[in-house]
Amino acid sequence: MKRQLITRIVGMVVAMTLVAAACGSDDVAVGTGDCDSVDQVSLQLQWVTQTQFGGYFAAVDQGIYDKYCLDVEIREGGVDIVPQQQLASGATDFAVSWVPKALVSREEGMDIVNVAQVFQRSGTLQVAWADSGIDEPADLAGKVVGSWGWGNEFELLAGSRKAGVNPDSDYELVQQSFDMLALLTGEIDAAQAMIYNEYAQVLEATNPATGALYTADDLSVINWNDVGTAMLQDAIWADGAKLANDEHYEDITTRFVAASLEGFLYCRDNSDKCVDIVLDNGSALGRSHQAWEMNEINGLIWPSPDGIGMMDKGLWDQTISVATSESILASVPDSGAYTTKYAEAALDVLRGRGIDTTGKNWRPITVKLNPGGE
Amino acid sequence: MLRMALSVLAALIVIFSLWESYKWMGQQTGDAWPGTSVELPVSTDDIIMPHAVDIVGELFADIRDGRATLPLIVFLAKKAWFTFQEAAIGFFLGSAIGLGLAILMLRWRFAERGLLPWINVSQTIPLIALAPIVVTWGRHQNLPDIASIALISTFLTFFPVAVSALRGLQSPTPEHVELMRSYAAPWWTTLVKLRLPSARPYLFPAFKIAATLSVVGAIVGEISIGTKTGLGRATLEFAQRYAVWPERLYASVIGSAFLGLTVFGLVTLVERRVLRRAEG
Repeated sequence: MKRQLITRIVGMVVAMTLVAAACGSDDVAVGTGDCDSVDQVSLQLQWVTQTQFGGYFAAVDQGIYDKYCLDVEIREGGVDIVPQQQLASGATDFAVSWVPKALVSREEGMDIVNVAQVFQRSGTLQVAWADSGIDEPADLAGKVVGSWGWGNEFELLAGSRKAGVNPDSDYELVQQSFDMLALLTGEIDAAQAMIYNEYAQVLEATNPATGALYTADDLSVINWNDVGTAMLQDAIWADGAKLANDEHYEDITTRFVAASLEGFLYCRDNSDKCVDIVLDNGSALGRSHQAWEMNEINGLIWPSPDGIGMMDKGLWDQTISVATSESILASVPDSGAYTTKYAEAALDVLRGRGIDTTGKNWRPITVKLNPGGE
Repeated sequence: MLRMALSVLAALIVIFSLWESYKWMGQQTGDAWPGTSVELPVSTDDIIMPHAVDIVGELFADIRDGRATLPLIVFLAKKAWFTFQEAAIGFFLGSAIGLGLAILMLRWRFAERGLLPWINVSQTIPLIALAPIVVTWGRHQNLPDIASIALISTFLTFFPVAVSALRGLQSPTPEHVELMRSYAAPWWTTLVKLRLPSARPYLFPAFKIAATLSVVGAIVGEISIGTKTGLGRATLEFAQRYAVWPERLYASVIGSAFLGLTVFGLVTLVERRVLRRAEG
C-alpha cells in the first residue's frame, strides 16, 4: 500500500513536471492542443489495420494526438515484422506487443518497457464443435489440437498441463493457419482462435447441413481466462534506455500513452464511429466483422478497475508464472519490465477532465454477424 | 497484339475447363480417382476449389474499400497500381545495378572472379531474413516503407540482369573485338558500339524475367513488411479469411498474375520497338 502511494505521488509529480515542461511558461494543461511544437512519433502495430488497434486510429482521426502535440504515424504489421525488435533497434518510437513475446525479447537483451497495459484480459480461445465432447482442457486428451505457434501456444500448453494433460504425448499438437479452415473441414478437433477475430470467422461461415450460418450453440469454447492460464496481451512498449536518459522522450511517452488511452475511451463510448474510422483506414474486413471485433476488444479492456492502461498485478504475476513454468522465460523479469508511471500520469490528466477511466458501467452489446462478415 | 490476346483467352478457356472437369470428377467420385479408392491430391469442395464461374463472378461483386464500396476488380486494380509503382522502382533500380555490375565484371576480370560467386550466393538469402534488415535500415534513413519494399524487389531483379548482361557483353566473337581494336577504338566505344548491341538478345529475356520478379518482390515485400495498401496486402487479408471467402483469395491471385503479365507485356513492347529500330 505504501509503495503504491509512493508510485502514485511520483506519477503525479511526473505529470505535473511534464505539463510544465510541455507548456513552457504558460500554465496550460497537457492535452489541450496548445502546442509550441509538434513531435513526430511512430507506432508499430503487430498486424494489419483492424479494430483491435481502433484506439490508435481513433486518436489520429479524432485529432486526439494533435491535442497532445503529437504527429503519429501508425505502421501496420507484416509477416516478418516483430514490433519489439523494431522498437529496440530504434526504427520505431513505440510498439504494440503481447506481454509474453515482448518479455522473451527483453530477456534476450532488448531494453524495452511496458508503459501501458491496454488489454486487461486475454482474448485467446480454444474452439471445438459442441458435439466433440471437448468442454474443458482435460477433454483435449487424444484429440488433434491446433495452435498458430510462434509464441501463441503458451496458454494452451500451460492450461493442458494444469488439467493433467501432457501436450507432448497426450494429444497431437498441429500447426494451424490463421484461417479456420482446419476446424471447418474437421482436420483438427480444437482450433486456436482470438475471440475478436477467428472465432467470429467461424460464425460467418455457412453450415452446409443447414444452409445457415453457424451459431455459438454449434461451438464449445475453452477460455484461458477461466482456466487460469491466461497471459497479458496488447500493451504499449517503449525504449527503456531512452526513458532513462532522454527527458523529451519521457515527456512524449506520457503524452502518447494519454492520447492513445483517450483513443480507446473514444472507441468505448462511440464504438460504431470507431469501426468506421478503422474501415476508413483501409481494412478490407467486413463491417459486421469489425463491429464484432470492436465489441470484443472493448470487453478485453473494460472494465479496467484501476483505470485503463494500469497493470493488473495479479495477471502480470500469472503471466510470469506461466512463462517460467513453461520455460518460455528462464527467470522472472526484473522490476523494470513494466512501469505504471506513465499510465498514472495519463490517468491523472484524463480524470482531471472528469472522464471515467474504469468503464465500470460498460456493457457488451449483441453484434449480428453477416455471411462473410460483410 | 491481337494474336497474343487470343492466345491468352484460349489458355484461360483451357484452364477453366480443366478446373471444372477435375472438380466435377471429384464431386462425382467423392474425391477419388475414378474406379479406385485412391484419393485425389486436391479435394474438390467449394472451399478448396470454388467454381471458376464464382471466382470470375466475385471479380464483379462489390467489396468494401474503406467506407466506399466498389467491384472487386476495381479494388484489385487500385491495389495493383500501388504494387506496380513499387515493382517499377525495383525493376529500374535492379536493372541498372545488374547492368552496372555486368560492365564492371566485363572491364576487370578480377571483378568477375570476385563478384560473380557473391552475386549467385545473394539469391540464396531468404527474403524472410532480408525483409526485417531492409526495413529497419530504411526506417533509420527515414525512407518510407514503400522504398524498402522496392529494395526487396530490386534484390530479386538485379540478379538475372547481371548474369545475362555479362554473357551478352561477352558474346561478340574475337574477330569483332579485334576489328574494333584495329580501329584503335577505346574500351568505352567498343562497349557502346559493339558489346551493348550484341547483348540485346541476352538482355531482353533477362528484362522479362526481371519484370515478373519485380512484381513478385513487391508483393512479397508488402506481405513481409506490411503496408496500408497493395496487392500483397490484399492477398494477405484474403488468405486469412480463406475459409469464408475462398473466391476472393483466388481473385487476388488472378490479379497478381495479371499484373505480372502486364509488366511482361510492357517489356515485350519495348523489345519490339528497340529491335525494329535496330533493323530499320
